[in-house]
Amino acid sequence: MAGIVGYGAHLPRHRIKVEEIAKVWGADAPSYKKGLMLREKSVPPPDMDTITLSVEAARRALIRAQTVDPKDIGAIYIGSESHPYAVKPSGTTVAEAIGATPDIHCADFEFACKAGSEAMFVALSHVDADHMKYALGIAADTSQGAPSDALEFSAAAGAGAFIMGKKNMIAECLFTHSYMTDMPDFWRREHEFYPQHGGRFTGEEAYFATTKGASVALLKKSGMKPKDFKYAVFHQPNGKFPQRVAKELGFTQKQIDPGWLAPRLGNTYSGASPIGLTATLDVSQPGDLLFMCSYGSGAGSDAFVWKVTDRINEVRDLTVRTHKLLDENLIYVDYGTYAKFRRKIKKND
Amino acid sequence: MREVCVVGVGMSKWGEVWRRSLRQLFVDAAMEAIKDSGVDHLDSLYVGCMSSGMFVQQEHVGALCADYLGMAGLPATRVESACASGGIAVRQAFLEVASGVSEIVLAAGVEKMTDCSGDDATSALAGAADQEYEVFHGATFPGLYAMMAHAHMDKYGTTSEMLAAVSVKNHHNGAMNPAAQYPFEVSIDRVLGSVMVADPLHILDCSPITDGAAAVIITSEEIARKLGKPYVKIIGSGLATDTIAIAQRDDMTRIKSASIALDQALKMADRKLSDVQFAEMHDCFTIAEIIIMESIGLYEPGKAGPAVLAGETALDGKFPINTSGGLKSKGHPVGATGVAQVIEVYKQLTGRAENGRLIPGSPKIGMTQNMGGTGASSAVHIMEVA
Repeated sequence: MAGIVGYGAHLPRHRIKVEEIAKVWGADAPSYKKGLMLREKSVPPPDMDTITLSVEAARRALIRAQTVDPKDIGAIYIGSESHPYAVKPSGTTVAEAIGATPDIHCADFEFACKAGSEAMFVALSHVDADHMKYALGIAADTSQGAPSDALEFSAAAGAGAFIMGKKNMIAECLFTHSYMTDMPDFWRREHEFYPQHGGRFTGEEAYFATTKGASVALLKKSGMKPKDFKYAVFHQPNGKFPQRVAKELGFTQKQIDPGWLAPRLGNTYSGASPIGLTATLDVSQPGDLLFMCSYGSGAGSDAFVWKVTDRINEVRDLTVRTHKLLDENLIYVDYGTYAKFRRKIKKND
Repeated sequence: MREVCVVGVGMSKWGEVWRRSLRQLFVDAAMEAIKDSGVDHLDSLYVGCMSSGMFVQQEHVGALCADYLGMAGLPATRVESACASGGIAVRQAFLEVASGVSEIVLAAGVEKMTDCSGDDATSALAGAADQEYEVFHGATFPGLYAMMAHAHMDKYGTTSEMLAAVSVKNHHNGAMNPAAQYPFEVSIDRVLGSVMVADPLHILDCSPITDGAAAVIITSEEIARKLGKPYVKIIGSGLATDTIAIAQRDDMTRIKSASIALDQALKMADRKLSDVQFAEMHDCFTIAEIIIMESIGLYEPGKAGPAVLAGETALDGKFPINTSGGLKSKGHPVGATGVAQVIEVYKQLTGRAENGRLIPGSPKIGMTQNMGGTGASSAVHIMEVA
């Protein structure tokens, strides 16, 4: 099958701590820190949106792809819950910025938090079917969480980009499985600014049932067992959910550690498992098998088995590693600054 | 009046039961009660349900329940008195059998509370308070009971530890109840360290939001004897009301409806309170259990809190309260709670209480106290071994 020939991530430098949000709303910070395993989250500054995050991640993917000419990228798909425009694609701007226009197919995807893995899935499928030489799938979000809602403690920003191809792969895709049911666990209606959700229902009946549904099916299809994988990445709306689903499926904490970013990054919605995959590729070795399963409310999961090639050693440090973006050069903001950045303060025009 | 008995009991799964609807929960409980009793038909049914219209937009619940039980045509009546709906459903079934109008009546309760948001559920529950004089001004049930708790603390020196002791005791009992929504132990420190909902009530002082149903078969002793199944007698039933708003009461540290209803039930049973050996009480908040203990005369005002702390109402105490786990641990699907209280007393009196939850010494008489709102209505039943 086809696979990843270039990958990259981008995260904002700004962070806000759980205690800072809890202080404003009189919420119980320890229950979020212990109960959901969230410590802090990324905050996009005013000039950063899904498009700019995508451009940065795509440029890094091109760097790692080394010899890929942007003009040979036949499709660009961006999965996000926060496309800046309701009508006008994010992908056109990103394609223009990386020099991939005009002979390119473009679409923006939406499927709650699995829009990003959908973009990856469709890009991969085009290349696998020889419709084009390369295709770019991007997962990016500047996530929305209503003030004082539980989601506000996690909704974060970040992007992961993957150039799919058949030659010079960094990681070949061996198997995929997608799983979906109609599930009213989390939604945002047209013209609404913040999503609504069904509380604990979104965990038990939606996230866990769907993630396990896709994961179990993929393990069966591949004939593999959790112990066959070096690492695994799951959608991470908080720190606790991926940890629990991994354990219930038979994966260990050690296997999820490299891509388990949510405790410090927050929930990057569409970006969550794809960014986790970038961080995992950063530490993988040739021959490693990687398991990945996204989750999007509504609800569905895309699951992938990746096999890392020799080329990983050549490309991993051609650009910044994801954990460096997570760990270094950070700016902590207070709630006022965060509220300004996220346009939560009403001003006169 | 002739003797009236409880002969079979049933409960649906209680908790966040996302895969069962209002009608399915009812049918689960009703079918279990019918099978448990061995009856071959019903003459009528009563179903306690507080707010299905606001929780799941379903009214006309009596007909719905009869229909989905496969018994369309059966007389079926929904009973509503906020969180006392279930207790009053039992009372209506009791009166119907006692009067001789019917021989076999199903008394059930059901509530489906988790299909709406927590805010919407809080709003629906607030319907049990005075909309014009309490809710309009921002009061919620945790807020109202918090005011009662503060008043009790100011007047009698009741402490947060005493409130927490109610939660600790009920969770201990609930941990042994296979039907409980939250069957785990808590400590006083854990209660006091849990999130504050409405000062002085922490989240572990509050009963949860629950999906669930409960059902019992009420019949004459003649039929109960013929069925050959374990049964207990309902020897007293009482129902009373109080002002709907707590501001209208002489003393917000007492719940008069509970004492009036108990007096009625004791009079009907021709017994004294000292004859009653254990109780299921409406611990929607920990302070409620303390206030009820004092209001019905079990303890002098201000003495109930220290008594709970001293273990006097524990499973092996001198007067066990809420051996089921109470609303706190077992859960509180508001319309079903009063029926489930009757089930627990039935189980204790017939020796069917599970997992070491049986009260030592095989008590002979127990009671239930089920309450609506902040006590604007109370239903009390006294039950005795057959």
